[in-house]
Amino acid sequence: MKVLLRNPTREVQVPGPVSVNTLLARLELNRESFLVIRGDELIAGDGMLDDDDEIEIRPVISGGSGTPGDAWAQDALPSRDATR
Amino acid sequence: MKCRVCRGPAIIDIRRHNANFCTEHFLRLCRDQVAKAIKEHSMLAEGERVLVAVSGGKDSLALWDLLLELGYQADGLYLGLGIGEYSDESGDYARAFAESRGATLLEIDLREDYGYDIPTGARAARRAPCSACGLSKRHLFDEAALDGGYDAVATGHNLDDEAAVLFGNVLHWHTEYLARQLPVLDARPGFPRKIKPLVRLGEREMAAYCLVRGIPYQVEECPMAAGNRHIAYKEALNEIESRSPGAKHDFYHGFLSRASETFRQGIDEEQGALGTCGRCGSPTPAELCAFCRLVEQAGGSQPVELSARRRATGSSDPAPAGGS
Ligand code: SF4
Ligand SMILES: [Zn+2]
Ligand SMILES: [Zn+2]
Repeated sequence: MKVLLRNPTREVQVPGPVSVNTLLARLELNRESFLVIRGDELIAGDGMLDDDDEIEIRPVISGGSGTPGDAWAQDALPSRDATR
Repeated sequence: MKCRVCRGPAIIDIRRHNANFCTEHFLRLCRDQVAKAIKEHSMLAEGERVLVAVSGGKDSLALWDLLLELGYQADGLYLGLGIGEYSDESGDYARAFAESRGATLLEIDLREDYGYDIPTGARAARRAPCSACGLSKRHLFDEAALDGGYDAVATGHNLDDEAAVLFGNVLHWHTEYLARQLPVLDARPGFPRKIKPLVRLGEREMAAYCLVRGIPYQVEECPMAAGNRHIAYKEALNEIESRSPGAKHDFYHGFLSRASETFRQGIDEEQGALGTCGRCGSPTPAELCAFCRLVEQAGGSQPVELSARRRATGSSDPAPAGGS
């Protein structure tokens, strides 16, 4: 089957039939960090994928501010503000 | 797999709840968890107006949808960061959602309104892009909420975000951040109330929510985020979560119920030191607040690597810097 991966966007071929959890394990992807989508349908972990399916594996992790602490927690911390 | 509630075919398994859900009962779970977070932490009272910080990503659009579904008067504010194509597309997702729901979307464009964008402005001000970005968001969302008479600003921080931030704060013992890492920050003079209604929902659930509700969102990562520590912390926590489902929930919510209070002692005295910014009037210990200093350093910096920006509304006259 054709498997679309993101960040960066690329495509790989994986032989089916295979379950969602097995597919993720085979690609060494953590199931907490991805969704498996066929068309616009979400497939649960034991759902079976066929050899002629087109699948998207979508990452769900997104980056935050990348700064220590939390942007929203920083306001009015005088020490921070004054030193910048 | 079968839905825990109705035994129908499940579309998602959530190991933290040791359960699977069909579309209908998954959506109900999301609404219930948001309602529970709002109640548990007294985030909003009935009839209050809330301004949602909308980025065009899954979390903020799901949050906006959930608040509208729960009957809250929720408007959105989109901040154009000027991060090339990424920002152009993100703005389109935010506008498309607002239009589909007949909801009100306010817009601020950093380049048009303040004369800088994140990549070039951060360079001019010698700040890390995410630091300039966070500062701009914080200031402008606060200001818009106060000016618009909103009761609170809601952000799409989910359980994974909060657990990852907590992880980083604990790893480096940033005790002053630990004191403020709360799902609600009450309003204080110059600051609106800030709420995080998604703290009981994971990142994977928010992506699934948008998919199931047919909400297109920005899937691509912000180019400035590549390889940042926050993402590494999330990956590390998901490694732990996959071996020990529920670990992220226990880590963060256990912190709130059992540890957070300890870090808050002695925090209040610091606030007495704040005066007001000579330009915009927001609270600051300095003459000019950090945002007005950023505008001063970054404003007028020429965009070099960026494509033309689109904007749905508004004039091209730049507003006075930091004006309110
Ligand atoms: S990754 Fe950094 S620059 Fe990009 S939106 Fe987030 S805070 Fe802003
Ligand atoms: Zn069901
Ligand atoms: Zn100011």
